[in-house]
Amino acid sequence: MNRIDQLFQQKKQRVLSIYFTAGFPRLEDTLPIMEAIQAAGADIIEVGVPYSDPIADGPTIQESNMVALQNGMSLKKLFSQLEKMRETVQVPVILMGYLNPIIQFGIEDFCKKCQAVGVDGLILPDLPMQQYLDDYKEMFDQYGLRNTFLISPQTSAARIREIDEKSNGFIYMVSSHSITGAKADISGEQIEYFNRVKSMELKNPRLIGFGISDNSTFNTACTYSHGAIIGSAFIKTIKNSQNLSADIISYIRSVIQ
Amino acid sequence: MIQIDEKGFYGKFGGAYIPEMLHPNIEELRENWEQIVASPDFQEEFQMLLRDFVGRPTPLYFASRLSEKHGAKIYLKREDLCHTGAHKVNNTVGQIILAKKLGKKRIIAETGAGQHGVATATVCALMGMDCTVYMGALDIQRQRPNVERMKILGAKVVPATSGSQTLKDATNEAMRQWINNPVDTHYIIGSVVGPHPYPEMVARFQSVISQEIKTQLLEKEGTPNPDIVIACVGGGSNAAGAFYHYYNVPQVRLVAAEAAGLGINSGKSAATTVLGTPGVLHGSKTLLMQTEDGQVVEPHSISAGLDYPGIGPVHAHLHDIGRAEFVAVEDEDAMKAGIELSRLEGIIPAIESAHAIHALNMIQYQKDDVIVINLSGRGDKDLETYIKWGGY
Ligand SMILES: Cc1ncc(COP(=O)(O)O)c(C=O)c1O
Repeated sequence: MNRIDQLFQQKKQRVLSIYFTAGFPRLEDTLPIMEAIQAAGADIIEVGVPYSDPIADGPTIQESNMVALQNGMSLKKLFSQLEKMRETVQVPVILMGYLNPIIQFGIEDFCKKCQAVGVDGLILPDLPMQQYLDDYKEMFDQYGLRNTFLISPQTSAARIREIDEKSNGFIYMVSSHSITGAKADISGEQIEYFNRVKSMELKNPRLIGFGISDNSTFNTACTYSHGAIIGSAFIKTIKNSQNLSADIISYIRSVIQ
Repeated sequence: MIQIDEKGFYGKFGGAYIPEMLHPNIEELRENWEQIVASPDFQEEFQMLLRDFVGRPTPLYFASRLSEKHGAKIYLKREDLCHTGAHKVNNTVGQIILAKKLGKKRIIAETGAGQHGVATATVCALMGMDCTVYMGALDIQRQRPNVERMKILGAKVVPATSGSQTLKDATNEAMRQWINNPVDTHYIIGSVVGPHPYPEMVARFQSVISQEIKTQLLEKEGTPNPDIVIACVGGGSNAAGAFYHYYNVPQVRLVAAEAAGLGINSGKSAATTVLGTPGVLHGSKTLLMQTEDGQVVEPHSISAGLDYPGIGPVHAHLHDIGRAEFVAVEDEDAMKAGIELSRLEGIIPAIESAHAIHALNMIQYQKDDVIVINLSGRGDKDLETYIKWGGY
C-alpha cells in the first residue's frame, strides 16, 4: 500500500509534513536531513527539487533553491542520493518541484526512478489539474505515485469539489493568497476559509501549508485540518545550523510538543 | 492554419502551467477577454486611444535608399513613431481598458529594458491606476533613463533581486506578486508569453500592425500581401503583430530575427530556436534555453529587449512547422545595421529593431520583392549602448 494512504488511515490528526530543498545547505545533506526529520517525529518528508525559477516561492525558498543549484544539485544527483533511503527512512516521501526539470529528465524515466527509490507522491505547483489529467495521470498511477493539488482561499467551491474528486493522497491547502514564506499570525479571514473547506467534508485529507512556522500556528492549522506543512521556517532553521541533526530535532519537537 | 486551440495550444506549444493560486485570475481572463475586446464599448475606446494617444496608424514608409542598397522594395512599418517609442504601447492600451472593464484597481508589470514598463506606466497615468513595475536589479542599473521615466509617470519600480536579476526574474516576481494580490490586481504581460490566454491576447492587441500594413500596402502596391515580412523576436510581440494577418497567407514569407548575442556558440546568446529545447517557463510550454537538467539559462543580447531565454509559444509553433524562417543576428551586425539605417534613412532604430534590418543580409530574395520590415522601436533609449559600442 502507498505509504501516504497508509499514514492517513492510521493518523487523522496533527500530521506534520516538513519541506526542505535538496542540496541545501550543502549538497550531501539530503539523507541526514531526512533521517533527522523522521527521528524528530514528523510524519511526511517533502524533498524539494531545486529550480532556477520558482514562481510560487518567497525569498527563503528562492534562496535555498539557488544555493542548492550552485552546490550542484540536480534530479540525477538527487536520485543517486535517495537510492538507499528506504534502508533508513520509513515515512512517506514526496518530491516537490516545478515541472521543467522533470520534463527534461523525461516523465516516464522520472516516474520509474521515483518508484525504484521509494518515492510515494508528488507536488508540482505548476502542473494544473487539466494538464495532469490529459498528460500525466496515467503515468503517475502506473508507478504508484500520488499527486497532490493545491487549493487557496480564492479556489471556488466547485473547483475544490473537482480537485477532491481527481486527487489522491491529500489536498494541500495554501493558507492565504500568497507565495511561500512564514507569516506572523493566522488571521480571522484565514480561519473562515479553513472552516469553509472543513465543512465541505472532502474525501481527501487536508494539510495546511504556507505560513506555518511554530507550535502556535501548527496547533491552529490542526484545529481545522488533518495537519500542516512547514517549509520556509524549516529552511531558516537549517540555514545556519552548525549541528543539523540536533537543530532539526529540537525545532520539530518544539512544533509538535 | 495557425490557430490557438481551446486549451490554449498552438500545436505542441502554449497552455497554462500555473500554480492553482493563479487559476481564478487566469480563468477570469480566459472567460471574459474575447467578449470584452469584441464589445463596441471596448473597441470605441481602444480605437480612439490608438489614434489620438498612440498616434496610429503608424506610417508604412518606402525606404528608397535602403531599397536601392539591398536590391528590393523595402518598406518600414514605423512602430518607432508610436507614443513612448515602441510597439509595446499597443498592448498596454488594450490591457488597461480590459483591466478597467474587469474592475481591477491596480496594475503590475515586468520589464527588461524598461520599454514595456514605460508603456505600462504611461497608460496607468492615463487611467489614474496604481502601477508597480518589477525590474531586475541588474537591469535597473543598466537602464537608468527608463527607470526615471516610469517614476516621473508615477509608477513604483521594484527591483527583482532573485536569480540573475534580469527580465526572467522580473517576470517571476510579477507572477509572485499576482499570487499575493489576486483580487484587485491585473498583470499586464509585455509580450506574447505567459499562460494562456496571454499570448493570444497580446498578439491580438498587436495585430493592428499587420492590419494596417495590409491596407497601406494595398494603396501603395495594389496588393495587401508583401513577399516577405521581417520582425525581431524577443518574446515575440511585435513579430506576432506583424505576422498575425499573414499567418494563413502562405505566399507571404515570415522572417523572425532572433538575437545571436556574441555568436550562437559563444555561450552568450539569445537565439532560442537554435539553442532552445521544449520546456515550461512562465506558464507556457515553449522553446527554452536551458541546461540538460532543465534549469533556465541566462541569455545574452546587446539589446535588452531580446534578452529573454524563451520565445512566445506561437513562435515556437511557427518554427516547428516551418511557417516562419528564423535567423540569428549577432550583436555587432545589429549595431552596424542600426548605423546603416541611420545614415541611409535618417532613422536611428532601437537595437532590437536593428536585428530585423540585418536579417536582410541573411535571407534570399528576388530583386523586385516587396519586403516589409517591422521597425518596432526608436533608438533613443539605446543611445548609451550606441555610444559605448562606438563604431560610427
Ligand atoms: C523596440 C523593441 N522591439 C522589440 C522588443 C522585443 O519584444 P517583442 O519580441 O515582444 O516584440 C522590445 C522589448 O523591449 C523593444 O523595446
